[in-house]
Amino acid sequence: MSATTLPRTEAAAETRLRIVDCDVHPAMRSAAELDRWLPPRWQQHRRDYGLRLRQPFTSTYPYPKSAPALSRRDAWPPGGGPPGSDLDFMRQQHLDFHDIEYGMLQPLSVRGMDERVPGFAEAVSCAVNEWQHDDWTAKDKRLKGTIAVPGEDAQAAVKEIERWAGHPDFVQISMVTRALEPLGRSRYWPIYEAAAHFGLPIGLHTLGTSGHSVAGGGWPSYYYEEHQAVAMSLAAMTASFILEGVPERFPDLKLVIIEGGFGWVPSLGWRMDSHWTALRSEVPHLRRKPSEYLQANFWFTTQPVEEPENPEHLRKLIDWIGWDRLLFATDYPHWDSDDPRYAFKCQMSEAEKRAIFAGNAKAVYRL
Amino acid sequence: MSKHVVAAVSDLPAGSRRQVTIKGRPIVVFNLSGEFFALVNRCPHQGAGLCEGEITGLVTSDRPGEFHVSREGEIIRCPWHGWEFDIRTGQSWCDPSRIRIRPYPVEVAPGARLVQGPYVAETVPVRIEEDYVVLEV
Repeated sequence: MSATTLPRTEAAAETRLRIVDCDVHPAMRSAAELDRWLPPRWQQHRRDYGLRLRQPFTSTYPYPKSAPALSRRDAWPPGGGPPGSDLDFMRQQHLDFHDIEYGMLQPLSVRGMDERVPGFAEAVSCAVNEWQHDDWTAKDKRLKGTIAVPGEDAQAAVKEIERWAGHPDFVQISMVTRALEPLGRSRYWPIYEAAAHFGLPIGLHTLGTSGHSVAGGGWPSYYYEEHQAVAMSLAAMTASFILEGVPERFPDLKLVIIEGGFGWVPSLGWRMDSHWTALRSEVPHLRRKPSEYLQANFWFTTQPVEEPENPEHLRKLIDWIGWDRLLFATDYPHWDSDDPRYAFKCQMSEAEKRAIFAGNAKAVYRL
Repeated sequence: MSKHVVAAVSDLPAGSRRQVTIKGRPIVVFNLSGEFFALVNRCPHQGAGLCEGEITGLVTSDRPGEFHVSREGEIIRCPWHGWEFDIRTGQSWCDPSRIRIRPYPVEVAPGARLVQGPYVAETVPVRIEEDYVVLEV
């Protein structure tokens, strides 16, 4: 009797699940790198005044992030520089290691999106976008950039969107989630109009201080508390979008909420719907139940994946949100990142895995 | 189970740790002020290599506003999500009965005894005048 082994063919490679990671953070070695793309006038401004956000500290966060550079302690590149600043090391530790098919960049550390000084906010946003292109997406085709825009200056934001729209390396638009006003307000609508016009999703990564506390009730004592309140601030932002009528006015607009988890999504929908029966007349511009907009216009990245004690509860949660609404994300190289192999503590079918780890993101971002 | 020489005591000073691979298993060996302990080098949460984590102590409190620091150097925090583990036992601080890392027995043996066998020496040359860290896996 003899045994033979069927040869593995290319079909195996085709059916292999490759991951789309919807939250990868590249970092500049320092803000001085901006000078490569800043006009001389703004180089001078950077040297004289530096970057300034609406927060008490200039070179760190109002809440220390529990780990240096808020990163995994094993993510510091051996060649120096902060985590996320070395493409080769990112390839080795992350992109190649997990066989990432696409990584969606979210540049946060040096940014113009919520820079205080008008004009400089625009110049820094432009420079960050050029940097994403020159140092990341042009060098590794797996990486996709985001058009970072100075949200408080809608006109400048639209100009920046128009500059990049249609470029195959840029697949979404980013602005901070805690802006000067709730993001549903009409001052931001030109950005949404441009996004809908070009078919570009808006990636809303939790970010920004803007003078408001992340927790509605005031400034928390602990990083723990601030980190916890992020989900609530994103729920408030989502309600603002819906109740101000953004998805009603721009039905094709895609809003991707990044790094807020998703456990809060069902209760937000239920609560808004129950209020709608009583308070609909206050928002007559809404023609559908709030939860319908929630399920039509919003997507959520998975990290940090909720970890209920009973894994079945995670499945029920996703059942309500929709298996087509979640986009896998690691948040590499940050300390609270998720490993695609272990992040979900529940059983998933092959089809469910393919949707969450790749298919949904490919559909939203048209990859 | 078999015994493996993983380091000379002089190469693993107090407060240090080292990652070794024995029988294909990643293991981290700690020197805690002259006592040696070994744990699987893999966090049970999401698989990070513990060896790269921060070694620290325990901060505890009986009431808000008061705190105690104890067991300095006996706790390792995962390099990713910061979960705390007792280096002596592998137990997690948050859920010690359910979440734990497998420990391996470790002993210190003089080179003179080791050269007589039956230990399996892994890449560490043994000299009779030195002491060695021996892991049972």
